[in-house]
Amino acid sequence: MTDQTLVQEDVFISRFPESLTPDDRKGYSGYLVQPDQLIEVATAIRDEWGYDYLTSVTAVDYLPDGFMEVVYHLFRSTGGPGLVLKTRTPREDSRVPSLVPVYPGAELQEREVWDLLGVRFEGHPDLRRVLMWEGFHGHPLRKDWKEPFYEEEGKPYKSRWPDGQVYRIEDKNPFNNNVDYPAGFDPDTWVPEKDTALYAGLGLIEKPGEGSGMKTDQVIVNLGPQHPSTHGVFRMVVALEGETILGLKPVMGYLHRNHEQIGERNTFLQNMPFTDRLDYFSSMSNNFGYALAVEKLMGIKPPERAEYLRVIMAEFTRICNHLAAIGFFLNDLGAYFTPVLYALEERELILDVFEAVSGSRMMCNYFRFGGVARDLPDGIYEKIKKLVFDRLPRKIDELDLFLSQNEIIRSRGEGVGILTPEQAIAFSAVGPLLRASGVPYDIRRADPYGIYDRFEFDVAVRYHGDIYDRFMIRLDEMRQSTRILQQAVRDIPEGSVQEGKPQYQVRVPAGESYGRVEGPKGELGFYIVSNGKPNPWRYHVRAPSFINLTALETMAKGNKIADVVAILGSIDIVLGETDR
Amino acid sequence: MNGMGIIKGMGVTLKRFVETYLDDIRWFGKRYYTEEGLAHRMSADTRGIFTVQYPEEKLPVPEEFRFIPFLVYEEGPNGEQQDRCTSCGICAKVCPPQCIWIVRTNDPNTGRPIPEPAEFYIDVDICMNCGFCAEYCPFDAIKMDHDYELAVYDRYATNIYNKEKLSKPLSYYEAIRPSNYAREEAARKEAEAAKAAKKAARE
Repeated sequence: MTDQTLVQEDVFISRFPESLTPDDRKGYSGYLVQPDQLIEVATAIRDEWGYDYLTSVTAVDYLPDGFMEVVYHLFRSTGGPGLVLKTRTPREDSRVPSLVPVYPGAELQEREVWDLLGVRFEGHPDLRRVLMWEGFHGHPLRKDWKEPFYEEEGKPYKSRWPDGQVYRIEDKNPFNNNVDYPAGFDPDTWVPEKDTALYAGLGLIEKPGEGSGMKTDQVIVNLGPQHPSTHGVFRMVVALEGETILGLKPVMGYLHRNHEQIGERNTFLQNMPFTDRLDYFSSMSNNFGYALAVEKLMGIKPPERAEYLRVIMAEFTRICNHLAAIGFFLNDLGAYFTPVLYALEERELILDVFEAVSGSRMMCNYFRFGGVARDLPDGIYEKIKKLVFDRLPRKIDELDLFLSQNEIIRSRGEGVGILTPEQAIAFSAVGPLLRASGVPYDIRRADPYGIYDRFEFDVAVRYHGDIYDRFMIRLDEMRQSTRILQQAVRDIPEGSVQEGKPQYQVRVPAGESYGRVEGPKGELGFYIVSNGKPNPWRYHVRAPSFINLTALETMAKGNKIADVVAILGSIDIVLGETDR
Repeated sequence: MNGMGIIKGMGVTLKRFVETYLDDIRWFGKRYYTEEGLAHRMSADTRGIFTVQYPEEKLPVPEEFRFIPFLVYEEGPNGEQQDRCTSCGICAKVCPPQCIWIVRTNDPNTGRPIPEPAEFYIDVDICMNCGFCAEYCPFDAIKMDHDYELAVYDRYATNIYNKEKLSKPLSYYEAIRPSNYAREEAARKEAEAAKAAKKAARE
């Protein structure tokens, strides 16, 4: 729960009496801090109170009140509830100091806030757009920004009923028309700028390598965006000295669809199927996070049986995701397609369960506020039982035997792409990436949600922080997931699966909430601000795949170019979630 | 010893290879292209490769499978179509990508709306198959279909479905979703019985 702090409020306030005030709007929590005091307060919070783990940075455009509010969610890497810090800046010429010097993990997130909401972070080392392209006009998450297909502020649109004026969206928007270009921009005469700013960020030294006795040149190589190793349309710009990586910049946004803007046009319920499309390997977990955030605002809880069903589905999702992650990671190492097909076979059997229960293999859309969509159909419980008690444990062991002692994998993986625990926490790394670096932080334990406090399981942790450990920890986590599944399948009670009557128009009281789950890729958070209307005022996704990329450069530096593909594979990103 | 890990791993692939053929022999040629063979390959007990030879054989879809909505109509005594849809508009309102357009019928004399849609359009290029329309329809009038082979050559000509193309008989619904149908019919009968009992009590 983010709305309590471990620190006594008066102690906290008395340390900074002039700059800290509790946020006392109804439904809100946390503290407001003056922008000029932000760095000082953040440093004190990190060093004196141990909130060393900044997971989420976002901003909200309070258009009627005329200010932008930057929201920070801080946690302790030892577990426990979090702390919310907020700072305000005017809508025109919005500026706040950058927190990158205190929390390096804020780097990509602050770039995202600048890109989508137009808040400048002073002191940020490389403040460029991250998801949109450089020539984009405006900041799309500002409330006065309108998309080219703009129809109304919020769904449902009035043109649909009672006299549906059917049309295709592309008929309304012939190419080039109705698109908002920046002033002075002409698409016909436009020559794309070179990536000077991007390459400058790599910090190349303008002299050839010394000391090796060989004359080498520094070169810049673009991997991707169209490259089989990048798991989608993701681009890595690497600066090389010979084969050694000197610097790396991730470039993303090729799959950007402004999920958050769509989410703010949608009603609360309509967002549910859209969350499936974030990390399309683990839609059930995405549903879980979003349902938690909205339920927190609504103040409801699902019935027992639904809680168990949620846990079963979320843990199945974790196994599915890790199977795919291991398989594709082995592809990146060059073990072409035998491991991935072995892994996907087991995933197929789990997807059969998802399909029978939710109606779809990947876009499950199974969770509802206060429950789940439907109970298990006949015959599925037996299949789930067979899977979790017999087949999956056996197959995970087989995968272990098949791969983990393989000498090639060990020599490619051990000692490569190292992330130390301190770095992992500083870069806000989450999930298997964090735990493979020796930080036993798992939200299911650290800040339990749902009914995870009832199950017996170990937080998987490994200590080398290299890509081999990131591979092994996924095997460990799958074993722990089967443990949880066995308990959940054993204990699941009878009963209803939905609290109250199913409603398509839910009433969500005004306020904010941050719901987070331990998704297969790490902490998946949903920050939601409601103003009591049917559509959310702000809908932000704290995407683990995106934020884990902050640490990519650190992991890749000093390694060989051939390893960077494996390092990226070991983070396990999904571009649907990275780019949103 | 160096190399043991690789050898052990290759043992796993060899086991898989042998299992596939053993299973083939055990099923004596019935593992493929038969319903039992397919059911076996889909079960948790399957061993070895369990590829399905699409399109020669297709996985049976589970009852809850959802792909593109359709409108349910009941057949009257003389074979006429009676739409269940009352054009209340809940499906159009709940639809996340807003791909449903409904034109309400107005009585030509009074101008009042009649509970029957004049037209009903779904742009299937936009539909995201979430199933909300079917889930929240209070009249069980819109349901999700099972037919997933919808490839066309020209989407402009075909892919906005109108009421005629969307309408399917109740018997079709009963065939693809038997247990849902049975549950809904039971609830309907119960509601009618309760209504009748109430009426009888009042008289």
